[in-house]
Amino acid sequence: MVRLADLDEPERTHLANIPCTSFDTQPWVSGPPLAKRRVAMISTAALQHRDDKPFMLGTGDYRVIADDTPANDLVMAHVSTNFDRSGFEQDLNVVLPLDRMHEMAEAGEIGSVARFHYAFMGSTDPVEMEDAARAMAGHLKADGVDSCILLPV
Amino acid sequence: MGGLAHYLEDEGLATTQISLIRPQTENTRPPRALWVPFELGRPLGAPDDAAFQTKVLRAALALLERTDGPVILDDFPEDAPASGTGENDEGWFCPVNLPPPPADLQAGGGFKAAIEAEVGGLSTWYDIALRERGRTTMGLSGMTIGEITDFVCAFLDGQVPDNPNESQSLGQSLKFAVEDLKAFYREAAGAQPGQNTGQEMNDWFYGGTAAGKALYALWPIADDLGEQSGDEFMKIFANRLLIPASQKFRAEKQEA
Repeated sequence: MVRLADLDEPERTHLANIPCTSFDTQPWVSGPPLAKRRVAMISTAALQHRDDKPFMLGTGDYRVIADDTPANDLVMAHVSTNFDRSGFEQDLNVVLPLDRMHEMAEAGEIGSVARFHYAFMGSTDPVEMEDAARAMAGHLKADGVDSCILLPV
Repeated sequence: MGGLAHYLEDEGLATTQISLIRPQTENTRPPRALWVPFELGRPLGAPDDAAFQTKVLRAALALLERTDGPVILDDFPEDAPASGTGENDEGWFCPVNLPPPPADLQAGGGFKAAIEAEVGGLSTWYDIALRERGRTTMGLSGMTIGEITDFVCAFLDGQVPDNPNESQSLGQSLKFAVEDLKAFYREAAGAQPGQNTGQEMNDWFYGGTAAGKALYALWPIADDLGEQSGDEFMKIFANRLLIPASQKFRAEKQEA
């Protein structure tokens, strides 16, 4: 578990002191009931197709993950070694819950699942991600997406 | 993560998110976040536990319907199911009985023989995991496990091997080779049913295998090589991206 108090040093201090970007504004977008929303997943696990250009340290670009991508086509290019990967190796859904999202859509709990999901590499200054994130927003809206769930690793 | 939420909301998309490190989320103040008390690397809590994953996902998505913003940070009330939580549970152990790595492993030749012996013992389990999961997460390096062993051990022998992928730095190629090496070991060790934590898997790999010991030996070598060659990523890799912070105490013990 990640309760900072449960971690040993130096990991506890490192995690507690990671610099965070602050913002002057506080945007808030509302929407229809969840059962009518089209939802995309945005992961910061540096997931990519096997033949994608690998993520590089400190870059804010993203990779596109089609909703029907076979699990065996995805690898994790994240630079950090300070998180568990054995869960991801065992089950993609613990990082990118594609199956769970579709089950919720089939059950009518969400309206639909986006055609495309996106992956960034965490451990990157959010400022470096801004241009890519705003461009991605355009692609999401073109796909009819109105809501996103962001998934760290 | 909070920054991405900010940009997307600013572009007109509603967001919710899972938070793994609560202080960071408190500082970045995304509109909607669900803090979960799970291990880093497992935002949905537990692999192969669809019911638990759905519970987490449902709780995070439910925040999209809340109207009491502009900042919501809720706590998920349950810990993830994991090994080592029962009274008589001794925790996860690797199903493969590897011989303990020789205590006097030094140069690449010694490491190479020891790693090849381990890979031989693990290969059947890696194949079982591949068959049962229908996937492997190896592949970043583009090398086979044999090629990876040769490549990593060449550094330990004092060589500077050819870069197998000239489109990236040698340090980047070494990073991907090491990630694939670890993935091979973990996927083989996780082939049998049962839940492990990342800590248990790391304790086994870094504390109980020749491959783990090889990475401690690689640390100063890669650091020196990065210094000499000007490969800045090689230096970062050696000092920050090779040994997890939670496992560096073993290197300190070896030095003591």
